[in-house]
Amino acid sequence: MSDNNEKRDDLDYETTGHSWDGIEEYNKPLPKWWLMIFYACIVWGIGYTIAYPAWPGVKTATAGLLGWSTRANVEQDIQNHEASLAPINERLASVELTAIADDPELNTYAQNAGAAVFRTWCAQCHGSGAAGATGYPNLLDDDWLWGGTMEDIHYTVSHGIRNEQDADARYSEMPAFGRDELLSREEIAQVANFVMTLSGETPPSPDLVEAGAEVFDFNCSSCHGEDGTGDRFQGAPNLTDAIWLYGGDYDTIHETVFNARFGVMPPMGGADLNEAEIRAVATYVHGLGGGEASEE
Amino acid sequence: MINYIKLIVLGVVAVFALVAANYARDAAYMVHAIIIFLVTAGLFLWTLRSTDEPVPAKVLETSYMDGVVRAGVIATAFWGVVGFAAGTFIAAQLAFPVLNFDWAQGYMNFGRLRPLHTSAVIFAFGGNALIATSFYVVQRTSAARLWGGNAAWFVFWGYNLFIVLAATGYLLGGTQSKEYAEPEWHVDLWLTIVWLVYLAVFVGTIVKRKEPHIYVANWFYLSFIITVALLHVFNNLSIPVSIWGSKSVQVFSGVQDAMTQWWYGHNAVGFFLTAGFLGMMYYFVPKQAERPVFSYKLSIVHFWALIFIYIWAGPHHLHYTALPDWASTLGMVFSIILWMPSWGGMINGLMTLSGAWDKLRTDPIMRMLVISVGFYGMSTFEGPMMSIRAVNSLSHYTDWTIGHVHSGALGWNGMITFGALYFLTPKLWNRERIYSLSLVSWHFWLATIGIVLYAASMWVTGIMEGLMWREVDANGFLVNSFADTVSAKFPMYVVRALGGGLYITGAIIMCYNLWMTVKRSPALEASAAAAHATPAE
Repeated sequence: MSDNNEKRDDLDYETTGHSWDGIEEYNKPLPKWWLMIFYACIVWGIGYTIAYPAWPGVKTATAGLLGWSTRANVEQDIQNHEASLAPINERLASVELTAIADDPELNTYAQNAGAAVFRTWCAQCHGSGAAGATGYPNLLDDDWLWGGTMEDIHYTVSHGIRNEQDADARYSEMPAFGRDELLSREEIAQVANFVMTLSGETPPSPDLVEAGAEVFDFNCSSCHGEDGTGDRFQGAPNLTDAIWLYGGDYDTIHETVFNARFGVMPPMGGADLNEAEIRAVATYVHGLGGGEASEE
Repeated sequence: MINYIKLIVLGVVAVFALVAANYARDAAYMVHAIIIFLVTAGLFLWTLRSTDEPVPAKVLETSYMDGVVRAGVIATAFWGVVGFAAGTFIAAQLAFPVLNFDWAQGYMNFGRLRPLHTSAVIFAFGGNALIATSFYVVQRTSAARLWGGNAAWFVFWGYNLFIVLAATGYLLGGTQSKEYAEPEWHVDLWLTIVWLVYLAVFVGTIVKRKEPHIYVANWFYLSFIITVALLHVFNNLSIPVSIWGSKSVQVFSGVQDAMTQWWYGHNAVGFFLTAGFLGMMYYFVPKQAERPVFSYKLSIVHFWALIFIYIWAGPHHLHYTALPDWASTLGMVFSIILWMPSWGGMINGLMTLSGAWDKLRTDPIMRMLVISVGFYGMSTFEGPMMSIRAVNSLSHYTDWTIGHVHSGALGWNGMITFGALYFLTPKLWNRERIYSLSLVSWHFWLATIGIVLYAASMWVTGIMEGLMWREVDANGFLVNSFADTVSAKFPMYVVRALGGGLYITGAIIMCYNLWMTVKRSPALEASAAAAHATPAE
């Protein structure tokens, strides 16, 4: 390697004199700027650990001269946020439900606050645009299972559906006609074909429709109505429109009749949301397009 | 005699593995038991056949042990392509979820393939590169043959068996859900044995060295081997639920478990991907540049500073969590003090080129090594910056972290490994030179553009989603839902997958080039080959 010396541009420094497989090392000092920044970082580090909680002792750690704490900071932030909104939240929680829409300031606030609540608590199932998914109702249309007035929505949000946490949850249960052998397989095929005709679909076996109408009359009409338009009091869906929660094709309807469905929604009242938040999200959902006027 | 002991051990393990396969409580454990049975039964037969055969007279082996390094070079290139392919595929899965095929649910969905990708690139590609280069470098810089005879082969095959066990385990759901430490207890135990043998081979070779001093590359390799042993054992302390199943329960729980995990996780980056690869840098950069290392003093100071400071930086992974504030402060402070010690390696790498900068124009292998050191410098600045709590409050949980990791992994670890492979292949197979320098150039540019696309798109998505998550309206309400941020990231996810595609294309070109080097490049003269293969007197 030493015959390379004439190519070296920096002969002010010797190498250390060692050579490993031809590799040598210059005996150069540490770069000044490097050392200065290294020292500066260390000095800054010492200062920072004096100012902020840092050095652990046996049971506690130094708290730092600035008294800084992530927990205290987040508590302060939450308190500030709540204090600034307290007056309007109190108003929102105390007025008549139907009066919210008539108060422009309150209505605007409730719409915005409700949208935020929805994105945090509801979007996981109903979608961030509230369009729902299979098994999770679309909230943009005017087809309601349990009712679409402010009071209805407020109740559904507060207590949820078919859950065990809230004794006041909305509850109903469709029998599993096939699994529990309430109907024969033949009858299920007949009624599934018939249900398809209710919303104007063409069933795969039109010849079974007539028998299916009879099965429907005896087994389904008590909840879904003789004409199949459903019953909101029991959360029984309207079968005559083209809107389906699980699907309107033959196989899905067959599955629904055979095994039944048991869609669950948790209660948002109590631990999760306070009254103002529930009213806000009810206002938001009511305003998505399908909200119905309250009966006087 | 030794063969009889081997036969007994192999026989016992094979029978035990069969019993384990029979009683296995989960698919991952059963497949592992079958793999171990096949391996031990095969070795049993092989040993049996050579037992009591006449033993050829022992020749004193004076040359370097390069066979295991050759195997390591092949394994590195192979696992590299596997790991990059997995990464490119899961990047595409994130952009187009339909690629989580229904028929492959539970095996090839994103959740199963992600640890396969990370382990394949870090441990299979990076680990084989480290083992192969450390075996090569320690022999050359100690002027001594590897200590321990076939122990080096045990390390190579044992380590690759570990990789096969880890990978099949992930696909079948055998994971302890600790990032970069996913393999379950039985696989961890095996790795511990292999790693201790690795340590013994490496230290043994250094002890019998013929050079008066230990070269700096070997300090880095040694610190990597020792620290990884320590990290691996402590982070994997767990109690198996059953000896017939892969599931185990961690000894630590809650925030202690999280802290142990990120002490491990950060130092996997620090000692596996930094210290170990600095060992590579300290050999291959001065060799390829044919220049002395810039500063001996800097190498000592930055080595000890790096070793002492890195080990404390882990808590910055747990800012704004259940971790106490004091631990988070210390993690941040040590991360920032770590900045200059990390840069010491970059300075020593880049400045070694002073007087030889023209090689950047003429030598694409040199270019690869230099850009890798450049990415190293960039990542080791970005890391301390992201550890600052105020920055972290924006960057944490976003794709910025993914971008940061990949600029380090693709840029620093990937490029320096490619450079080392290009350097080693002609030497190990006694060829005059690499088959095609213009293909190296192609590889260089494909990989570089790939990294730029990857890192830039992740910076954009990371900062964008960080800002979207914290955006509030005048009343203090959140403006965006989580799903809004996911859909906003789509274009950048496509760009990221494209970057990965370029990177793996470059790696495949490299494999072709290395293959053709072995097959087609002119052979080295016998005297030169012999000089390379034996320690200088």
